[in-house]
Amino acid sequence: MAELFLAVRLGGDRLALRAAEVDSVVEIDALTPVPGAAAHVVGLSALRSRVLTVIDCLRSVDPSRSVAKGAREAVMAVVDGHPYALLVDAVEDVLEASGEPQPAGALTGGWRRAGRAVIEAEGDLLLLLDVEALIAGPAREAA
Amino acid sequence: MDELINDFIAETREMLEALSGEIVAWEAAPGDRGRLDEIFRFVHTVKGNSGFFDLPRIGALSHAAEDALASVRSGARTADPALVSAVLAVIDRIGELVEALDSGEDVASEDDAALIAGLQPNADAVLETAAAHHTNPRAARSIRLPVELLDRMMSGISDLVLARNDLARRIREQGAGGEVEGAFERASAIIGELRDEITRTRMQRIDTLFAPLPRMVRDLAGQTGKQVALEIDGADVDIDREMIEMIRDPLTHIVRNAIDHGIETPGQRRRAGKSETGTLGVCARQAGNQILIEICDDGRGIDGAKLVRRAVGAGILSAERADRLTESERTSLVFEAGLSTASEVTDISGRGVGMDVVRANIERIGGLVEIESRKGEGVRLVLRVPLTLTIIPALTVGAGERTYALPRSAIEEIVRVKASNVRVETVGGASVATVRGRRLPLVDLVQLLGVRAGDDGGRSLVILRPAGADLYALSVERIHDHEELVVKPAAPAVMATGLYAGTTIADDGRPVLLLDPPGIAARAGLALGRSESVQAESAVEPRRPGGQAMLFRALSGGRMLAPLAAVQRIHNVPAQAIKRGGGRLHVAVGDELLPLAGCGDEAPDRAISLLRLSDGAREVAYGFDEVLDIVDLPDGLIPAAAAGEIAGVVLVAGEQAELLDLHTLLAAHGAATDAVRPRPLCALPAGDPFMDAIMRPLAEAAGCRVVATGSAESAEAALVIAADEMPAEVPPGARVVRLAAPDQAGDSGAIDRYDREALLAALEGRKRATRKRRNG
Repeated sequence: MAELFLAVRLGGDRLALRAAEVDSVVEIDALTPVPGAAAHVVGLSALRSRVLTVIDCLRSVDPSRSVAKGAREAVMAVVDGHPYALLVDAVEDVLEASGEPQPAGALTGGWRRAGRAVIEAEGDLLLLLDVEALIAGPAREAA
Repeated sequence: MDELINDFIAETREMLEALSGEIVAWEAAPGDRGRLDEIFRFVHTVKGNSGFFDLPRIGALSHAAEDALASVRSGARTADPALVSAVLAVIDRIGELVEALDSGEDVASEDDAALIAGLQPNADAVLETAAAHHTNPRAARSIRLPVELLDRMMSGISDLVLARNDLARRIREQGAGGEVEGAFERASAIIGELRDEITRTRMQRIDTLFAPLPRMVRDLAGQTGKQVALEIDGADVDIDREMIEMIRDPLTHIVRNAIDHGIETPGQRRRAGKSETGTLGVCARQAGNQILIEICDDGRGIDGAKLVRRAVGAGILSAERADRLTESERTSLVFEAGLSTASEVTDISGRGVGMDVVRANIERIGGLVEIESRKGEGVRLVLRVPLTLTIIPALTVGAGERTYALPRSAIEEIVRVKASNVRVETVGGASVATVRGRRLPLVDLVQLLGVRAGDDGGRSLVILRPAGADLYALSVERIHDHEELVVKPAAPAVMATGLYAGTTIADDGRPVLLLDPPGIAARAGLALGRSESVQAESAVEPRRPGGQAMLFRALSGGRMLAPLAAVQRIHNVPAQAIKRGGGRLHVAVGDELLPLAGCGDEAPDRAISLLRLSDGAREVAYGFDEVLDIVDLPDGLIPAAAAGEIAGVVLVAGEQAELLDLHTLLAAHGAATDAVRPRPLCALPAGDPFMDAIMRPLAEAAGCRVVATGSAESAEAALVIAADEMPAEVPPGARVVRLAAPDQAGDSGAIDRYDREALLAALEGRKRATRKRRNG
């Protein structure tokens, strides 16, 4: 069976995340900001009894941009035991890739860090994003 | 092994309990094959285990019972009442022996043989009464529970505490009759007690964490050809079971590192004048709601310079910034990913992967790692971890629009700014709170977090005593409530701020950040206990002065400032204590020689005062004229035009004063400290009990490096200690101390070996002679 991907919309682009890395799709209500944290960490949000660390995926890739105001759809992923909500402009649908992921071409800036490969699904080419790189944000490169 | 034995005891007890019904039923119906099989299985299992644990008595009993039962099963015998009684007597005895194993008592063994004989066909039913007088199992019984059940109970009680807090808030808001409140208070108290009990069920002695260490250390020492003595202390400290699992890997890694990279081979140690066997100490203790685990070795220490080179090479650190690192900052580089000082990759601790992961793991559970290294003397690592991951009493406070929590354990007291005995003022740019005459540094939470202040502008002060730092006052906009909070570790991105210890969910369902008092102190530039990360350091440039400083008149007549934290002592020295050597000035203070700064190039011709400045690793003496005052280091430093011993100029009481740049001073002068303080080599005859047990520690305490007379190294010795007769060979230039039996000293020049004063004086005298010889 071909691998499944979750298509999301981010800054006008259609991008993909590995479905296997995604826990669920959640809607973020209230945010508690984290003063002092990196800019792409927009705050904390409670989901049932868990505290999600909310990441602005667009800001993580490009510090000068951020997801649309009022965007509330997020992809929940658990990395190293910590639950994160990856805020995107919109969560679209689950896709089945046709063929293996191909190496991505020349990417620039933060896309090079977060982009992992290119997949083809339903006649569309999508850049596959790395969940851990999105969470790490630009800080890792600067260090 | 102990744990396995305990498992065996618990398991056997359980089986006996389950079996007791079967035995009674079998007694009533000896022909019942199902019962017979159950009992057979029991003795068979016990026999197997007793072999494994080497318990011959239980083994013999169970073996005999198994044989008898096997013949019944094969139909060779019938289960007559005599056999049933005999089997029961044997099973009871096994029960007694297992209880005795647990309690450490002895059970008389003489009638074991009689019990076994009772199992034989046609044996007299001698022991029918054996069952009647066996001792009851001890009253305090234990059961085994799956750990998951405890975890579920813990999470259940955590939710219960949250629900109680919610209910408490509603009762407060809406009011309720006295009866309801009384009932709620009762329920609340019971929930509190229950929580404590359940928390305790999850506690385990830290022993379980330390138990594998002796074996590991032994094996590692064997593999690396080193000699290591392990000292474990504090194994009886209790800690959350979950925490033990979280600490296990980091601890293992640190111990491996210490043996692999820290402790030297016996040969290296001998050459360095240390005992051939290295010491690795692991010690745990509880401090408030934290557990401190200290791992220290007496190995070669961390090569800070090498780390810096690697960090620069790896592009983690700029060369310019590298020059300004303090020794402790250099050491802290071991926590950077991808750096390792071991030049060879070994299969024991690998390369690079390690200390960064150790720190990440400890910080993930809300802990801290502190490291301290002295070159040639060893490394001391302290892991500070919370006692439990779960519930802590906290105070919720408001800053801006948000609520934050503070661990109540760190809170000393809470005062209102408006109170008559509280004064808040700004001194030289730094805020100071005076509470009942006590002056405390003041940190404004709103400012520190950079959030927008609320409208009311009211302030309260929370006086905090963070672990590893001094008291300070935290100014908050609102004080909300005391609450029991279920704290969860925060994500690394949140922990990276250094300001928070975890997250929790408030009664209203919103996430709340738990503030980290030591972290806040560090961010505000107050704490001494925690070294800032290299990145954080570079963000503040020039470094904002903080704390107090000593204002003094320099030898040149100018007014100067030295950060008080770096001032170790003040000495007065005569002019002749200062000598020029090796292109720089040195001053002799007591029996120590320090590099001297502050005098220009010429040795002064009069007595001067010295500031002894240190960052903990390096030391330098700074000559001056007189102390003028102790002042708060003011803001508004105008940096010096060129880097040098002066960091810049500030205004103190309306007059200019120059601030010493310790980085430059210690880098330029302090580096030589280690080099000019060699430990004089002292040769002692080996194998003489008096020399080994008494003289050697005395010489070491006096600062000598001790080697055996006649060893290769002793040819370099500056001091030779001999028993009565003169030693055969004395290295050129070495002085000899001869020891005489009591009352035989006479005028032969030998010293009475029990005349401690004279011995010490002799050791000290030679030591000074050595220094002069090497440096003069």
